[in-house]
Amino acid sequence: MTATPPAPGPPAETHLRVPPSMQQVAKLTRYQLREYLRSRRFLSLTAIILAIGAILTAVLGYYQTTLGPLVTNNLAFYGSFWAGGANLVIVLSAVFFGGDAIAGEFQNKTGYFLMGLPVRRATVYAAKYIAALLASVAMLGLYLAILLGNGAYYLHANALPWQLGLSVLLALVYVGAVLGATFLFSSLFKTSAYGFVLTAILFLFGFTLIGDLITGLVNIEPWMVISYAESTIGGVFSSSVNWGLTATVTPARFPGAPASYTAGIAEGVVIMLGYLLATALAGLWLFEREEFT
Amino acid sequence: MAPPSIETRDLTKRFGRFTALDGLSLRIEGTKCVGFLGPNGAGKTTTLKLLTDMIFPTKGGCSINGVSVQDDRKRALADAGVLIESPEIYPSLTPNEALEMVADLRGVPAAERRGRIRTVLSEVKMEQWAEQKVGRFSKGMKQRINIAATLVHNPDVLLLDEPSTGLDPRGMAEVRAIVRDLKKSRRLIFMSSHILSEVVDVCDEVALIDKGKLLFYDTLENVTSRFADGHSSVDVVLARPIGPDVVAQKVATLSGVASCDQLDPRRLRIRFTGGTDGQEKLLQALVGLRLGVISVAESESALEEVYLSQISRGD
Repeated sequence: MTATPPAPGPPAETHLRVPPSMQQVAKLTRYQLREYLRSRRFLSLTAIILAIGAILTAVLGYYQTTLGPLVTNNLAFYGSFWAGGANLVIVLSAVFFGGDAIAGEFQNKTGYFLMGLPVRRATVYAAKYIAALLASVAMLGLYLAILLGNGAYYLHANALPWQLGLSVLLALVYVGAVLGATFLFSSLFKTSAYGFVLTAILFLFGFTLIGDLITGLVNIEPWMVISYAESTIGGVFSSSVNWGLTATVTPARFPGAPASYTAGIAEGVVIMLGYLLATALAGLWLFEREEFT
Repeated sequence: MAPPSIETRDLTKRFGRFTALDGLSLRIEGTKCVGFLGPNGAGKTTTLKLLTDMIFPTKGGCSINGVSVQDDRKRALADAGVLIESPEIYPSLTPNEALEMVADLRGVPAAERRGRIRTVLSEVKMEQWAEQKVGRFSKGMKQRINIAATLVHNPDVLLLDEPSTGLDPRGMAEVRAIVRDLKKSRRLIFMSSHILSEVVDVCDEVALIDKGKLLFYDTLENVTSRFADGHSSVDVVLARPIGPDVVAQKVATLSGVASCDQLDPRRLRIRFTGGTDGQEKLLQALVGLRLGVISVAESESALEEVYLSQISRGD
């Protein structure tokens, strides 16, 4: 049935020029970041990292004499505490800031507020991703600041190893890739809890387990698992760094046992960037098709 | 020729085997308030969600100000204010910040933003809460901020999905008053509702939908007369009580009056013929009877009768 109104009125006009999408991404990122910085989860994660820093400081202070090289050699110090802690901080940041980033828009109905505005879905997705990335980088920065403080106090060394700079860069690429995957998981669901749980399980032990199973069962390099690339963050501190695009293979000690694989630095970067690209595109594809029913 | 403000073409939405909207074609032009009426589950919210690209059509399409929502949601929604399903605002934001975000994303110039935000907050009577966190607000207060958000860019088209639903009677009355005020500015308001009194109170035209199908779209007056066998209906309030004999002998016998029901000693419901001319003559005659007429309003029951007859026909 077609219905036409009895009396036509004046034409509608557009009074305002809606900003270009890139500008909208920047504007929306600013508001999303403000939301993150004021949230309880930001305070909670800050408290967790400060607690980790306090424990680290206490342990270093108490066992100063027995820790030996860790408090005399800055490469060993940062290789141990930065590489070990950064992964945990990254995964916790991804869970806290990315776990429900998309699903929460459906569950909390905040998406109905945003989707009534003249913005593309890709704009919303990109702005939320960048805001989560910036909040995660802030957490990583806090952890790094605690380490640098401890390093300056215990090592009395002004010069930082260049490997730390490279490792921080690798950690930044890794946090981007982890958040990309987290946003993909979050786009799969309309319930926040599922996004949180899946992200936590996969990044805390799921991917490592999958990588070990692949190596153990079929004895191939687990290049398709993102946690395999994460090893490069600590790898740069080792005495013999593999900078290449192929892994270092350590043959099995016993016949029939699997060899062990260590990703080359370039290979790790390619895997992380590949994850970032693939998950960002897949997550966006899902979000573009998700209905606010 | 200017494109219609809102247009749907054979708009169809299926969820699995369930057809929520079935070939809706509707053209709405001009500046007025159109009530989109129907029972729960009729397809009202589905239509509004399709009009805002929150869900996607199975068949057909829709446009706002001539721009296809499905092809370019950003341009289509540029000059529309949208309120669908009582959305939540980020709880850590204050109304000022939330509206600043909306204005910023909509391209309201920075120099005008503060003034616009102050104006719309005053329109929804929330000025004194401008710096409080939205997370602490009641449902009614949040809904007012949501309405303010639809107005901050002074849109030509407003899409409101049951704006008073879920509010207490006072909140409902306040939201209705806000919508009535919005009609004073030149814009098209397309408002879904299942509350007949709300539509009679606020709207100029009505589109009735049931089971995903449009039953009719016309002015309120035409709808009530067309479906009431040419009869219109008004509710009359008197200053003094009158007896049933006066009703039967003086009012019911007036020219054009088909029937007259005495709702209480001071209120009458009169069905009459002749449309607007008939109504004018009836009013003159009523005043001539010196019964103390203090109010005459289009009867809510007229639309109720149409509504019930049309909805039950679909059962």
